[in-house]
Amino acid sequence: MRSPYRTDGLADRIGHRIGSPWQDVDRRLLRDVLLVCAAGAVVGLSFGAVAVASGTPLWVPVLLSVVVFAGASQFVFVALVTGGTAPLVAAMTGVVLNARMVPLGMGVADVVPRSGWRRLVAAHLLTDESAAFTLPRRDPAERRAAFWLTGVLLFVLWNAGALVGAVLGGTVLAAVDPGTLGLDAAFPAVLLALLVPALRTATDRRTALAGAVVAVAAVPVLPAGLPAVAAVLGVLTGVRGWSRRRAADTEVETDVEAETAGGAS
Amino acid sequence: MTWGVEHWVGLAVLAVATFALRLLGPWLAARIGGGARAESTDALLAGLAVAVLAGLVVTQSLFDGRDLVGWARPLGVVVAGLLVWRKAPFLVVVLAAAATTALVRLLGLS
Repeated sequence: MRSPYRTDGLADRIGHRIGSPWQDVDRRLLRDVLLVCAAGAVVGLSFGAVAVASGTPLWVPVLLSVVVFAGASQFVFVALVTGGTAPLVAAMTGVVLNARMVPLGMGVADVVPRSGWRRLVAAHLLTDESAAFTLPRRDPAERRAAFWLTGVLLFVLWNAGALVGAVLGGTVLAAVDPGTLGLDAAFPAVLLALLVPALRTATDRRTALAGAVVAVAAVPVLPAGLPAVAAVLGVLTGVRGWSRRRAADTEVETDVEAETAGGAS
Repeated sequence: MTWGVEHWVGLAVLAVATFALRLLGPWLAARIGGGARAESTDALLAGLAVAVLAGLVVTQSLFDGRDLVGWARPLGVVVAGLLVWRKAPFLVVVLAAAATTALVRLLGLS
């Protein structure tokens, strides 16, 4: 897998040749990635089914999955639009959720080719999942392998799931009123399933609570869809917490850098 | 629903803006460096996502536009919340939420 004589610089250049990243895929990584991407397929399936059952044309969830390829924002866009929110507002809400792509992209910038169409493909394959498998790794070749493997596999399975789900939603579920099936509860349930794992610290929980309060308070005054956007104000309650966490992160970062420097010498 | 021009525009804006955000990270990293900066930006934007998701969960659970939705949907979401807390699989959470809401409606509560 790793040749003893290979330097980082050489690995860098080799990595840009097609196919070579796969040499660095090990068994355990493959198993973990497969598990996560299979879970992604299930989420994609529910997305396609719920979207079509809520009244979008069949191709909408399929197209969204291909061109947006970011689960939470797709769910939010469809939920808001089918609920009667102005599509542009729904899109902006999704964009706010996808703002996290920027720090994720900064974290995995080294695996994104410098130029050409492969840079564009790599950018599109950036997701929570591909970043999560890439970030903890140090070796450049391993990082590249983890990123491309997760990105490509998730893209294929996510879209396959959405397509199958949309067809199911259009045939099996279409005969019944979505309200009778309780499908209107599916959207908030999905968002909750995405939210809860992100509530790790007291600051997170305070931010979530403040966001919820602001959103509810805004319902009578703002047009549909905007209350949830107003919830960004909830982040203000966490300002002290965030900066404290930032300080803690910086310390950890310095430790890691020191350790890396020590290891390299 | 009918998929009109404004829906197309919304879809295009979401897709293009998301792609731009994906390109922005590597572009910024090349200019101001990744690492520590990425982590501090990450903390703030993660907070942003948490706030918006929480706002969406409550508004989507309780309201249709400005009107309260009744009991069935919130009860479904509460069941989902309990299952998420117990770390149930995603599909179980979604199906249980829909089933609860459907059942409550079947019992006559809207």
